[in-house]
Amino acid sequence: MKLKQTLVAMVTMGAMSTAAWADITIGVNLSLTGGGAALGLPMQSMIKTFPSSIAGEKVNVIVLDDASDPGKAAQNARRFVNQDKVDVIFGGNLTPTTMAIGPIATEAKTVQISGAPGKDGEFVFILPQGFSVMAHAMMQHIKAKGVKTLGFIGYSDGYGEGWLKAMEPMLKEANIKLVGVERFARTDTSVTPQALKLVAANPDAVLVVASGSIAPMPEIALRDRGYKGLTYQTHGAASPDLMRIGGKAVEGTFVVSGPAIFADKLPAGHPSRPVSMDFAKKFKEATGSDKLSPFAGHSYDFMVVMEKAVPIALKKAKPGTEAFRLALLDALNTMGRTVISHGVMNWSASDHWGYTNETGVMVVVKNGAFEVLN
Amino acid sequence: MDITIAGMLAVDGLTNGAIYALLGLATVMVFAVTRVIFIPQGEFVAFGALTLAMFIDHKVPGTVWLLLIMALVVALQEGVGAVRAGAPFQQALTRAVKPLLIPFMTAGLSIWLAPHELPMWSMVLLSLALVTAMGPLLYRLAYQSLESATPLVLLIVSVGVHFALTGLALLFFGPEGFRNPAFWDERLQIGTVPINGQAVIIFVTALLFIVALWYFFGNTLFGKALRATAVNRNGARLMGISTHTAGQLTFTLAAFIGALSGLLIGPTTTILYDSGFLIGLKGFVAAVIAGLASYPGALVVALGVGLVEAFSSFWASAFKEVIVFALILPALWLRSRHVTDDEEEH
Repeated sequence: MKLKQTLVAMVTMGAMSTAAWADITIGVNLSLTGGGAALGLPMQSMIKTFPSSIAGEKVNVIVLDDASDPGKAAQNARRFVNQDKVDVIFGGNLTPTTMAIGPIATEAKTVQISGAPGKDGEFVFILPQGFSVMAHAMMQHIKAKGVKTLGFIGYSDGYGEGWLKAMEPMLKEANIKLVGVERFARTDTSVTPQALKLVAANPDAVLVVASGSIAPMPEIALRDRGYKGLTYQTHGAASPDLMRIGGKAVEGTFVVSGPAIFADKLPAGHPSRPVSMDFAKKFKEATGSDKLSPFAGHSYDFMVVMEKAVPIALKKAKPGTEAFRLALLDALNTMGRTVISHGVMNWSASDHWGYTNETGVMVVVKNGAFEVLN
Repeated sequence: MDITIAGMLAVDGLTNGAIYALLGLATVMVFAVTRVIFIPQGEFVAFGALTLAMFIDHKVPGTVWLLLIMALVVALQEGVGAVRAGAPFQQALTRAVKPLLIPFMTAGLSIWLAPHELPMWSMVLLSLALVTAMGPLLYRLAYQSLESATPLVLLIVSVGVHFALTGLALLFFGPEGFRNPAFWDERLQIGTVPINGQAVIIFVTALLFIVALWYFFGNTLFGKALRATAVNRNGARLMGISTHTAGQLTFTLAAFIGALSGLLIGPTTTILYDSGFLIGLKGFVAAVIAGLASYPGALVVALGVGLVEAFSSFWASAFKEVIVFALILPALWLRSRHVTDDEEEH
């Protein structure tokens, strides 16, 4: 493992020994092995596209693998702050690993920009969108469709619960009745009973909260039992797996998603369109693939944020010092509206999630592909 | 709830129950013959379903490579074992090559046929063959040298095997889920209750297989040998029944049952690399409630587990899993009251 880390670090940043005092040093902690590797590897692929200098200062990137283990992530974070004296930490890519880094970064007064939803803090900024930003975009659509009653079927875990908690107050405000809340697990062999209950309640629309290749299951069961209403899916389902597994049953489903993976398919007015297209171009250069990964988008966005915040901080202090790290924190808190591939970010001292409601994009499944709605 | 909904829930419950019954039977069988509490039974379900999914995609399934690796390790184990026991080179070589034959033939056939357009039945047969061939290899690798260990040791080995197989499944199949096309998508109607063709196939296959198992254990030499080993291992050995062979045969059957269940359930749900565990666990619950001893008991309880699952999903979906697994507590309590000193000795 040690050798592998060293190799990864050397390949991605060149020789570490050249890290001079005035260079900007970025510590990147990702899960390159273990269960989180599916998310960490696309994020790592974008590091190749990082600029070699920002505002005339050379950029050094140190990449360490946490093997999807929070303990290892904490160890890596300690190395970043004590040995490498990094100016900013990017990562982790899983909630547990990112939460292990937070306290260490805060203690060393170093900004952590997390690639996974976790706990925000004075020095901790979160790149992925929170549930409420996505729920907001979906609610606009639900209201516009004149939905009066909504059924809910979601994972019996944090993802399902998070969505339900985000939707409830908005539904109350819009006077939409929640007529059924059903749960299921990722490994369930059948969701027919839950579907039967929802069909009996016959809501105007059903919201399915699930991810990837599991997300179509409740929809297939609902359509099988003769449900004719609208169906909604969350950003966890915004992948081609929805159509691959769901086929005809998911036709006409409305899905909320971040803008990053749609690039030129975004409507001309969407603020993220040019950024997302640039991300698509760099992603193609880095990986040779057209299938955009939202996780790679977080890496790209991290760099967009750095390119905006670092020049502001450089006016106050030299990299490698505590004064610079505090200046960077200040810059991130006060730099204001920043358009990134995943949406529009507006961080402030009191909000380190900070997406504006322009972020969520509604798409519809049409002829087996996503079509972005205006 | 009206009679139609109750009927639909019953059909759904019994269909899943039939799968749990197959897995429960396998668990009872493995425990009776080898005293292994076979937690990884469910893994074969995922292997079976995902292997077929790969064939349908014209890809060489990951199971091929896993099977070849397992076969090579077993060959090494056998060869080295023979040399260390002082066997002449020729004999050691024969022993090492023997476990390679079937896996290499099946794997070779799969690699050769995978890119071609195949009829469904041949893909089904290949998938069954690939997963079934893993059974005896798994027994040889993980359990054979521990044959005389206590059930507790074997249980811990099972937990390890479960984690190893899940990890390997992720490596060989990837994190994506697959839903196989239905073997028969006819829609039937019994009264007001609609039944899809796949449910009928699941039910009929499970029933036929259970009858076949009954015949196998009652009327064939191998079946009787397994039963003899289950009743009394030492007695069976004195009668010339090899416990190695009995163990490997049992695991072959268990792997076959797992793969078959996977093929049956694949068209009704999305199967991921780790989906098998929970499915297997429900079969395991049925087997445990039946005391890990009674085949008809496991069958009835498994159908009951399916029904309880369906109805509790309808009434309280958030607590479904809790209800199903909590069932085991009163059942164990009731059983423990009936255990006599005589039974305790086993």
